[in-house]
Amino acid sequence: MQDGRYKVVIIGSGPAGLSAAGRAAFYDNKSPDSQKTHLLLESFSSPAKTIYQYQKGKHVMDEPGFLALRSPMSFVAGKRENVLDNWQQGINKNQINIQFNSEVVKISGEYPQFVIQLKNGSSIQSENIVLSIGLQGNPRKLGLENDAESNFVRYTLEDPDEFEDKTVVVIGAGDAAIENALGLARNNKVHIVNRRNEFNRAKEGNLNAVLTAINNKSNQFYCQYNTNVKAVNLPDENNENGSIVLDTPEGDLEIACDCIIARLGAIAPRRFVESCGVKFPNDKPTSIPDLDNNYQSNVKGLYIIGALGGYPLIKQAMNQGYEVIEFINGNEVKPADHPLLEQQFKLLPYAMDAQKVLDLYQQRVPMFKRMNALAFRELIIESNIVIALDAEAYQETSITQKTALTSGFDKLTNLIRSGDYIFKQGNYSNSFYTIVEGSVELIKDGNKKFTLKAGQFFGEMSLLSGRPRQASAIASDDCILIETPRKIMAKLMNSNDEVADGINRVFIMRALQTAFNPKLPPKEMNALAGTIELVEFKAKQVIYNQKEIGNELYLIRSGTVSLSKGTEGNKLVTYQLQSGDLVGQMALMGNSTRQHTAEAAVRVEALKINKQQFLKLVQSNPSQIKVLQAQLSQKMKKSNSIGSVVEASKTIKFLLDEGLGEATNALIINENLCVNCDNCETACAETHGGISRLDRETGASFDGLHVPISCRHCEQPHCMKDCPADAIHRAESGEVFIDDSCIGCGNCETNCVYDVIKMSYTLPKKPGLFSWMFLGLGNGPGEDLDAKINPKDKELGKKAVKCDACMDQKGGPACVRACPTGAAIRISPNDFVNLVDGT
Amino acid sequence: MVPNMFQSILKYKKYRYLKLSLLSVLASYILYLSQGSSQPANGGTLQGYILGIFATFLVLLLASLGIRKRKYSSNLGKLQGWTSAHIYLGTSLLLIASFHAAFQVGWNIHTLAYVLLLAVIFSGFYGLYTYLHYPRVLSINNTGGTQNTWLEEMGEVDDKIKAQASSCQIEMRLFVLSALKNTILSGNFYPQLRGKDLSKIREQSNKKLIPNKNQQRIIDAIATAIPQSMNQAESGALNQLLTLFSRRQRLLKIIRRNLQVRAYLKVWLMFHIPLTVALMAALIVHILVVFIYW
Ligand SMILES: Cc1cc2nc3c(=O)[nH]c(=O)nc-3n(C[C@H](O)[C@H](O)[C@H](O)COP(=O)(O)OP(=O)(O)OC[C@H]3O[C@@H](n4cnc5c(N)ncnc54)[C@H](O)[C@@H]3O)c2cc1C
Ligand code: HEM
Ligand code: HEM
Ligand code: SF4
Ligand code: SF4
Repeated sequence: MQDGRYKVVIIGSGPAGLSAAGRAAFYDNKSPDSQKTHLLLESFSSPAKTIYQYQKGKHVMDEPGFLALRSPMSFVAGKRENVLDNWQQGINKNQINIQFNSEVVKISGEYPQFVIQLKNGSSIQSENIVLSIGLQGNPRKLGLENDAESNFVRYTLEDPDEFEDKTVVVIGAGDAAIENALGLARNNKVHIVNRRNEFNRAKEGNLNAVLTAINNKSNQFYCQYNTNVKAVNLPDENNENGSIVLDTPEGDLEIACDCIIARLGAIAPRRFVESCGVKFPNDKPTSIPDLDNNYQSNVKGLYIIGALGGYPLIKQAMNQGYEVIEFINGNEVKPADHPLLEQQFKLLPYAMDAQKVLDLYQQRVPMFKRMNALAFRELIIESNIVIALDAEAYQETSITQKTALTSGFDKLTNLIRSGDYIFKQGNYSNSFYTIVEGSVELIKDGNKKFTLKAGQFFGEMSLLSGRPRQASAIASDDCILIETPRKIMAKLMNSNDEVADGINRVFIMRALQTAFNPKLPPKEMNALAGTIELVEFKAKQVIYNQKEIGNELYLIRSGTVSLSKGTEGNKLVTYQLQSGDLVGQMALMGNSTRQHTAEAAVRVEALKINKQQFLKLVQSNPSQIKVLQAQLSQKMKKSNSIGSVVEASKTIKFLLDEGLGEATNALIINENLCVNCDNCETACAETHGGISRLDRETGASFDGLHVPISCRHCEQPHCMKDCPADAIHRAESGEVFIDDSCIGCGNCETNCVYDVIKMSYTLPKKPGLFSWMFLGLGNGPGEDLDAKINPKDKELGKKAVKCDACMDQKGGPACVRACPTGAAIRISPNDFVNLVDGT
Repeated sequence: MVPNMFQSILKYKKYRYLKLSLLSVLASYILYLSQGSSQPANGGTLQGYILGIFATFLVLLLASLGIRKRKYSSNLGKLQGWTSAHIYLGTSLLLIASFHAAFQVGWNIHTLAYVLLLAVIFSGFYGLYTYLHYPRVLSINNTGGTQNTWLEEMGEVDDKIKAQASSCQIEMRLFVLSALKNTILSGNFYPQLRGKDLSKIREQSNKKLIPNKNQQRIIDAIATAIPQSMNQAESGALNQLLTLFSRRQRLLKIIRRNLQVRAYLKVWLMFHIPLTVALMAALIVHILVVFIYW
């Protein structure tokens, strides 16, 4: 410390902060004077709160496997307890200067004189700040006297089984509160306090479970609805006589209790980070602050690492901690992932340092030029570099590739033969491609061809709409491509407005091209595309109403739109439209009064095209008008035929209400054929490690059609949204599946709005069919609810399981194949019309 | 509604297995007729042998449904196809086996096999009837809900009943609570199948349990008490109770009917499968016997 000022203060002792502090301590220990120039501040009472709060015994994974750890703190996959123990030892051994219970509430000043203010009022000065506070945020407090976290008042619950024969009051109505309350109810008397008169924020599974528990009078489980907390009376020294006072509709109620658990959600850290002067590129909740190659934010001397900087895994966070301290100490280090970059470029025909290739590529693609170097680097590491070679070169290089792969390389440049398909029309692959050298030919419907050159990109349609590929792509000789996974691209678009605008602009141009086939010069087309507005509708939002005068049409980019006639309460759904379809064109092509009400069935993104723009497009190529008219009359015919059968339109409405508009492959059951044998569930369990991924009986029904609880393989899967391990993928044939890298965090379970993901242990193998039939071994086919989990599997923890549409089964979905009566089928929204057509 | 994306087991693949069965019956009949004049038609002629072996092959094929049904990774056709074939080929056995036996019956082990075959087939007919008829009954009974949603609603209704009962006089309160306590949802399989309501209620005067079928006893009691009630709070509660018990009555009916129909859909297999096992045993004996006593 110099003049009462630290060289670096690290805020937040998660994996990122601990690693940074460890490296800073290393320099302190090396220096001759025994001064500490670093300080690690932690708001919690022990290090790494996020990891501390994992479920007891959770298996912590060290994904991504290909990345080496570079940190003074050790970290290997293992039990939560071991990981935490190791870190505690690391803190002692490295003599990290850590200060607990020190929540930072404000940062002011500037480099090299930051002032850090703590919640307890004291302040600390520092030259540099490393912000590593993660994304979990701090729990929302009760906002009353005595609400500080203590043994009596808790804001988290590690292990419900730690309590026995206690009275516990759980406050909150979200999933966390319900899960805690249900967990506690096994051995305790539980009151759950809900501010409202319903548990409408909870997932359906939790909702049912909590209502059942409340209704079951043999439980000691009570619910106080419409109730607020009025006061907390802390227990005395003997830990007795604590209580809570509730403000109920019937008046005040004091409940004597042993513990209060408040699960009121967390305050996201963004506001705090912004108050430090850090800028976010946009308002989206997923937006990540802009950082340079050395993790420095727009505030000089303020560095952001770990989950807060957009790196959601422990190992990445720890590596960054190390690197950021190196940089602050003036050392140029190659990031830990430098070897990965070298491998990516290894088979390319250059003799250049990997960093140089990286810089070159960034310059070559206009869209990437304006990105910050760190983000571009991450993009390349997460992407595949693909090179297309002629037959001879392919032969030679693939031998080099093989030897390299066997000698310890994990991820090399990808090779394809020029002339081979990069992807085929109709496939579900949805990575995004950028051409850095050579050219690519796109072929639609076998004849329409289109050539793209270096610097251009393709694959944006599938990326943005979640639909199958609209065209096939073929690479030319020596063409080099960057193939970026959907998730990385989505993250980039969220955090970088320029990239998002660039992709959107091209998307609009190509979408207009497909829909209207205009014959405008590229310049005019580009200018026109620039004037077209991208609009977004929430699920159930009305796009326009019947009888309104319409002046624009919509080109759907993603999601499903329903068309209906009649008024609320007496609404007849007559049609549904998907991405690539036009909505409301009739108003511009004849009668300007809207004939239908158009409503977003799920979240919809669309291009809004007004009369002027429309006229410009079609007038450039009048022959296209005939095509549009033919499409429209086709649509009108179908829509009227459905509208004329009330039952049919009600059924479509039901299916859309059940969210099937965003499904690509959903199980539905005809109740008039289903004999309730549950063979479908049994088949699912038998082909998927003993765990059924479908719940036949639960789920809504209408007019003989039943939508069971089972994955629909959504167009834009909600479950993929924030999987830290990137373990959820979409197969080329469309199935959404979870691979072995799942770390069991439960995000997907929460994010899936259809409640189809379960967290489960791996179940032991069962005796075979004949051992059961003839020897009576095991419980027979189907899910064994009393299965004994092997200790080893228990240690590995629960993983997310869901339907994979039997992508590994030769004959296709087992549920459908196993139904003796043909009641179970799988459909996509394209089938709705057929489905109702037989009435 | 059976939308055209679905196919019933009878119509499966445009009656593919009906056609196959008719063909095999026809072939068997020709074979049966072709038995010469030198020997009367019998299971022991060459044609009789062929028919017997064919019949046995069909029995084995039909019985193997029990295994195919549980081979969930099998790519050997869809189970629906198997069931469709099972039904038609099973029915054709009725004739094919009779041709084999040349319609001769007597008090012997051969006829035991034949009778068991008939029993399996006729239990299969009943099963087919349940498969075709009852799913629709269930669907209509459930009107969009499921057994679980009804049970949940029952729980809610019961809670509300308990809450309302607390504003009634002690006699009525105990009577109401005993109606809840002595409601019997299903009982074992047999009462489930009969759909019988065994619910009881405890009479307050003599503490005896009396039947409360369809919740009628308690509903009557509440309805009688309403006009007699002097106290406004109690009268309100009684009115509420009447509404709640009417709903409860309805829910119990739905739940019980669900249980009953589901039992119908299962019970016949409890005959069909053991009879199949017995048939196979009798067949083995039949075959051994004809070889030994030939
Ligand atoms: C259930 C679950 C399971 C997971 N499993 C795995 C896994 O198996 N493997 C894996 O690699 N990743 C896993 N992750 C992700 C991993 O936990 C995070 O990526 C990692 O913790 C991020 O580290 P961090 O240092 O950036 O932030 P965090 O670990 O979140 O640490 C932030 C720290 O800052 C403190 N803090 C916050 N605000 C302040 C403030 N204002 N003042 C002072 N201190 C503050 C917090 O108390 C906390 O200790 C999982 C996540 C969850 C939720
Ligand atoms: C579904 C299978 C079968 C059924 C239901 C069946 C039934 C019968 C019946 C009812 C008879 C008449 C007995 C009588 O004359 O009173 C009979 C006769 C006979 N069956 Fe079968 N049978 C079957 C399969 C077979 C097979 C596989 C064989 C040969 C291996 C066979 C060989 C014979 C013979 C040889 C006779 C004549 C016996 C005699 O005349 O005494 N049967 N069978
Ligand atoms: C020799 C004649 C027959 C034999 C040996 C036989 C045997 C079997 C067996 C072993 C099963 C499997 C049951 C299970 O494992 O769940 C079965 C199911 C069934 N049988 Fe038969 N059966 C015969 C004839 C018939 C006939 C004639 C019909 C109807 C016309 C019929 C209708 C059915 C039906 C509907 C099922 C249920 C299928 C399912 O749910 O998977 N059977 N039969
Ligand atoms: S798990 Fe849920 S969100 Fe993911 S694809 Fe299936 S239904 Fe959609
Ligand atoms: S297998 Fe078919 S008949 Fe059996 S429960 Fe499932 S959908 Fe119904």
